[in-house]
Amino acid sequence: MDIKKRNEAYNKYVQAKIPKTKAWPSLFYSFLVGGIICCIGQGINDLILLWFPNMAEQTAWAYTLIVLIFIASFLTGIGVYDKIGKFAGGGSIVPITGFSNSITSPAIEFKHEGIIYGICVKMFTIAGPVIVVGIVSSIVVGLIYLII
Amino acid sequence: MYYLWVFLIGGFICMLGQVLIIYTNITSARILVTFVLIGVLLQAFNIFDPISEFAKAGINVPIIGFGASLAKGAMSAVAAKGLLGAFTGGLEATAGGIAAAVLFAFIFALIFKSKTKN
Repeated sequence: MDIKKRNEAYNKYVQAKIPKTKAWPSLFYSFLVGGIICCIGQGINDLILLWFPNMAEQTAWAYTLIVLIFIASFLTGIGVYDKIGKFAGGGSIVPITGFSNSITSPAIEFKHEGIIYGICVKMFTIAGPVIVVGIVSSIVVGLIYLII
Repeated sequence: MYYLWVFLIGGFICMLGQVLIIYTNITSARILVTFVLIGVLLQAFNIFDPISEFAKAGINVPIIGFGASLAKGAMSAVAAKGLLGAFTGGLEATAGGIAAAVLFAFIFALIFKSKTKN
């Protein structure tokens, strides 16, 4: 059929136009940037425990994550985080900083649609599913734990 | 020096994310969801804490740590409060991170303008 041929040709055209990320350099950069972000997190955690030696480990991690989230949100605001993300790929998405970026970025992007329908609604376009899946799966784990 | 472990494990986890991007073309929302689920499962089977002991920030900073504290919160709240804990525990444990992310996003969205992509 003609349609089949046309679809094949179109898919080939689309494939040719999709930007290709070179596999090996991007793997290297994602490793490097991801590792560095984790080391910064470790540094913040060590500093917090140095200043407040009596703090519980769990509490120190909570503060560490909040500091990382603040930094990533600010870097997103001034447009630096997206530049890092361009070559770091997974290295900038997988750490908690990527979660922060995924909330701040659409919030800024859709600011022009207003505070309620722009910032507040669009904030959760990426983070929404993460929070939903997180809550649902944690409740499931809790219920299973209750039964066992 | 434990920073080497932090770097290697953290880097490796992020590289796994990049592998997913290259070979499956999935979006960043799906990547985040996948890694949160991995974290929940690691904690549910009690594998997370032994890894966290030497990986430290290497596994706590990636979103896997977020998933793990969701599950950890639910489990310890169930132990303390019973059924209600399953509902409150997960969010309680991660409330700081979620609230901070929402607050900072709101403030910076008010302050900064979108950088138009060229």
